[in-house]
Amino acid sequence: MDAQTILDVRDLKIDFHTEMGVTRAVDQVDFQLKKGRILGIAGESGCGKSVTALSIMRLLPKPVSRIVQGRIMFDGVNMVTLPINELHRIRGKKIAMIFQEPMTALNPVHGIGKQIMEVYRLHFPDFSPREMTTAAVRLLEKVGISDPHQVMKKYPHQLSGGMRQRVMIAMSLACEPQILIADEPTTALDVTVQAQILALIKDLQRTSGMSVILITHDLGVIAENCDDVVVMYAGRIAEKAPTTTLFKHPLHPYTKGLLTSIPSLAREPKTILPTIKGAVPSLLNMPEGCRFASRCPRVENICRKKVPQERRMDQNHTVACHLADA
Amino acid sequence: MVILQVSNLKKHFPVTSGVFLRRTGWVYALDGVSFTVNKGETLGIVGESGCGKTTLGRCIMGLYAPSDGQVMIQDQDVSRLTAKQRKHLALNLQMIFQDPFESLNPRQTVKDILEEKYIIHGKKTKNLTSEIARLMETVGLLPEMLSKFPHEFSGGQRQRIGVARAISLEPEIIVCDEPVSALDVSVQSKILNLLLELQRTMGLTYVFISHDLSVVKHVSDRIAVMYLGKIVEMADARDIYKNGQHPYTQALLSSIPLPDPASNRDRIILKGEVPSVEHPPSGCRFNTRCVHVQPICRQTEPELRKNATDPNHVTACHFFI
Repeated sequence: MDAQTILDVRDLKIDFHTEMGVTRAVDQVDFQLKKGRILGIAGESGCGKSVTALSIMRLLPKPVSRIVQGRIMFDGVNMVTLPINELHRIRGKKIAMIFQEPMTALNPVHGIGKQIMEVYRLHFPDFSPREMTTAAVRLLEKVGISDPHQVMKKYPHQLSGGMRQRVMIAMSLACEPQILIADEPTTALDVTVQAQILALIKDLQRTSGMSVILITHDLGVIAENCDDVVVMYAGRIAEKAPTTTLFKHPLHPYTKGLLTSIPSLAREPKTILPTIKGAVPSLLNMPEGCRFASRCPRVENICRKKVPQERRMDQNHTVACHLADA
Repeated sequence: MVILQVSNLKKHFPVTSGVFLRRTGWVYALDGVSFTVNKGETLGIVGESGCGKTTLGRCIMGLYAPSDGQVMIQDQDVSRLTAKQRKHLALNLQMIFQDPFESLNPRQTVKDILEEKYIIHGKKTKNLTSEIARLMETVGLLPEMLSKFPHEFSGGQRQRIGVARAISLEPEIIVCDEPVSALDVSVQSKILNLLLELQRTMGLTYVFISHDLSVVKHVSDRIAVMYLGKIVEMADARDIYKNGQHPYTQALLSSIPLPDPASNRDRIILKGEVPSVEHPPSGCRFNTRCVHVQPICRQTEPELRKNATDPNHVTACHFFI
């Protein structure tokens, strides 16, 4: 792990035990988060992007899911095997997380102020109540809330979606984390509010120098906010590259398919969109070999037999495809 | 040919409180909306949550009785129909819903779901089964799937069933309320293609409601942008994206994240959020968030005015040239 890497995920495998059998939701996932960078994890529903994010914080639902293999190295320790009491010192303090639906992530029966101060009570027990209040007010100001004293007294249901997400971000920043994991932070919000929240995250990242993992299904959000991208498909990584490279020279057929199927503003209206044929195979019944094989326009025999390993095509550009060529 | 005409449509919902449900205010969900839709065209309705786009769709369907104004389809006022006339109208007016999980009865097989329409309208014939099988093929599903239940399908397939149900009686107008927002990108493009294809082959007219501007632009001939119960701008799809006049349209366009890291456009990031529909601001409803706001905007409400060069382009802003 070089000095620039702050989080190193290696060969991660996560199983889910369901009524219908054991499924591997995340398989051979391998990526690095660099200091001060925004890493985007993109993919469609069920591709394992949220499961990967939750596993970093060890928040996977128990006992149905289990990390069966792999390491998640942060600050010289392996998060996968860390005892729970030591994990508590990292969770929320050094690595923080925000979620898609701020209404369900906030506690409805406690005021906003109390919920923010709870973070300080946990991680900085020697703060006096007054110090906690000042710190909480400063945080709310930092996330662009103009009347922090008023908001502190309110309950989550009294705030709008955008305000709730700002409060969530304020809470996650309370301990000045080194890593912020944002799992679809703007999916529940309107476009104009989404633009505000993303600008805020980017701004906070720039001023604090923290690293961010941004999980989203929206490639537009990735293009505008991330430095690097990981594209996931059916539990595996399809492609990894710096954002500009990925959008300019996508190598994996899945990435290419995704990019061309977006109804972009530049496209002539009422024309037929290119599509990816078929559907994502069920996790319970994954094909041997490449998981994208059944939908791939370039499929060959080898794709159905052998799992493609990640190949380095360029310094920072890797792709898991037998046939991709630079 | 005008097939659907909406004039000065208003829908106000009462806000009640207390044990006796005393009315304490009104939610102005739709506050004077007018437009026409021609046969075979798609009118896109776009706006953020609370702008009234879903209420508009439901008023067109006759699911809500308007507080004022009217919806005319083939010279009939939708809100003033007898039950019999309303049933007859259903042959020509159908809807596709947002959530393909909730809009299909989980206890019915696909065959039952699709057959129901024919039975209700007394169109059950001997070769109904083959007709339904053909319908399945039209929307890209296999006829063998007819005996399955909705939960056995993926989101995209379920939406295809929803589409099949809507087109089964060969209607003229379909109101699509966020038909692809619950779907993944790769599935979304397939449903959009299906809708475009069906429009071409069946000559359908769509009212396409969505919060996603890229999607709306892709399917529409004309687009109406709504804000707090009013249309703020309406123009041809190409025109609105190239030449949007209203400050809200411009802000909305610039907040769409583009899948192109090389684009270096100036972004307009609006301050604040949509005000409550219960207490809309006086004057122009957008004045609390507008970057160009002037005193007149807080006093007088701007009317929709035609563009000097293009009569199809209307904008409700005091400062639009």
